[in-house]
Amino acid sequence: MGFLSYLISGISLGSIYAIIALGYTMVYGIAKMLNFAHGDVIMVGAYMSFMATAYIGWSPLASVVLAMAVCTLLGIIIERLAYKPLRNATSLAVLITAIGVSYFLQNIALLIWSSNPKSFTSIISLDSLRLFDGQLIISSVTLVTIAACIVIVYGLTMIVRYSKIGKAMRAVSEDKEAAQLMGIDVNQTISVTFAIGSGLAAVAGVLLCSAYPLLMPTVGAMPGIKAFTAAVFGGIGSIPGAMLGGILLGVIEILGKAYISTELSDAIVFSVLIIVLLVRPTGLLGKKISEKV
Amino acid sequence: MLKVDDINVYYGSIHAIKGVSFEVEQGEIVTLIGANGAGKSTILKTVSGLLHPQTGSIHFAGQNIVNVPPHKIVSQGLAQCPEGRRIFLQMTVEENLEMGAYIRLRHEIRGAIADVYERFPRLKERRRQQAGTLSGGEQQMLAMGRALMSKPTLLMLDEPSMGLAPILVTQIFEIIKELNQAGTTILLVEQNAQMALSVAHRGYVLETGRIILTAPAADLLNNDKVRKAYLGG
Ligand SMILES: Nc1ncnc2c1ncn2[C@@H]1O[C@H](COP(=O)(O)OP(=O)(O)OP(=O)(O)O)[C@@H](O)[C@H]1O
Ligand SMILES: [Mg+2]
Repeated sequence: MGFLSYLISGISLGSIYAIIALGYTMVYGIAKMLNFAHGDVIMVGAYMSFMATAYIGWSPLASVVLAMAVCTLLGIIIERLAYKPLRNATSLAVLITAIGVSYFLQNIALLIWSSNPKSFTSIISLDSLRLFDGQLIISSVTLVTIAACIVIVYGLTMIVRYSKIGKAMRAVSEDKEAAQLMGIDVNQTISVTFAIGSGLAAVAGVLLCSAYPLLMPTVGAMPGIKAFTAAVFGGIGSIPGAMLGGILLGVIEILGKAYISTELSDAIVFSVLIIVLLVRPTGLLGKKISEKV
Repeated sequence: MLKVDDINVYYGSIHAIKGVSFEVEQGEIVTLIGANGAGKSTILKTVSGLLHPQTGSIHFAGQNIVNVPPHKIVSQGLAQCPEGRRIFLQMTVEENLEMGAYIRLRHEIRGAIADVYERFPRLKERRRQQAGTLSGGEQQMLAMGRALMSKPTLLMLDEPSMGLAPILVTQIFEIIKELNQAGTTILLVEQNAQMALSVAHRGYVLETGRIILTAPAADLLNNDKVRKAYLGG
């Protein structure tokens, strides 16, 4: 039962990485940039939910909606102010700017909420699931997290495959100039991509803090880096790749912690990434380009 | 219909287009011919709004479109079928056509797709296929069909015959003539000067970023200089 329990925790943690990784991968696919501030949007989402429930007394669900709305807007504003002016700049300039935005968000959070950790109350208060006469207990947060990931990946896949904006995203991803000649507004398409990615980051933030309830201004940094790793691992630009990469990363991390060493678990995660990239530079699903956005 | 007035276009410090002016009247086929690197594609990109002229003006249907973003220029009825086709290889044939009609309303799209399939029956057979699996000729038809999806009043074609077998070249030029007879004004960029001049009403000859000659197409076909430089003697 121990193994099964670890595996399920791993999938759940991996689902959070996957939801974050989707934001990285979609933005990369369409704007061809790595938005390193993405992890900090998670943190903003978690604080929003925390404030709405703890200070205003909103219901958990309403607090998630607020977090998503704020992060969606934040994503659009970040893109507009920080990245859009750099549309034709070198990728190094964009990367440095993204890191700058990341520090900016962390420091603003530090000013507003201080560095004292807040204790986040899980937004999910259902009973745990008990299986095998109580030998295997799965918390409701775990179940909701996994379900959320499945719903989000399915929804995004449908949007990208069938909706008008989703097709525009694929067109922009493949050939920005040709897309413009079709009458597609590239700026608007990129803006929508940031909006979706950031809205999802809010969901990830709330789920993350529900599972690991210490909320600090740096809470998004490490999951952000791991999710980025997951996106590369699965094949950056690919939606199923982000899901696969995220879940594998979560499972490797939890199993590594359980069976090898708690201290080394991150080292194990990154070693696996390096090995995969040596064997398959495009990531696990990087070749299956039909699903790329 | 289209009036380009004294434009200068730069790539960084490279002065690619030097004081070019030309006009396209409604109903015409006008061709822009010139050697590799003369600046033909640069001109079309500038008209489409992908590049911006340092000086000069571009009027389409009476409006200055110099600082209008590319997607808005398309909605004004000016479409371009770019050099090298640039179809979306990872999307299906039908999705490519839908992208061409991006500015149109949902209910107009079905009809526009039906029109394109009527003109290019081969595309209908391949509608669910990924565009990257089409042959070169089919890709060119898709690129032209896609450009027609926005129902442009002025269609700019950048080397539509490039890389095609002679029989397909003839077919493409037939289609260009048909489109024109059906009311679409055409600005045609070609290296195949012989073919281009045989379908066009008027032509401009471009040399290293300057227009050096303009005349009715028939006159250019008989012009000694043109014959030597572009028609193989
Ligand atoms: N992105 C660019 N950066 C710098 N210079 C460019 C760029 N694109 C084109 N040029 C230069 O501008 C000039 C005109 O190029 P353009 O592509 O317009 O020529 P063209 O007439 O279309 O040629 P071709 O028949 O080969 O397509 C060339 O000297 C080319 O080297
Ligand atoms: Mg060219």
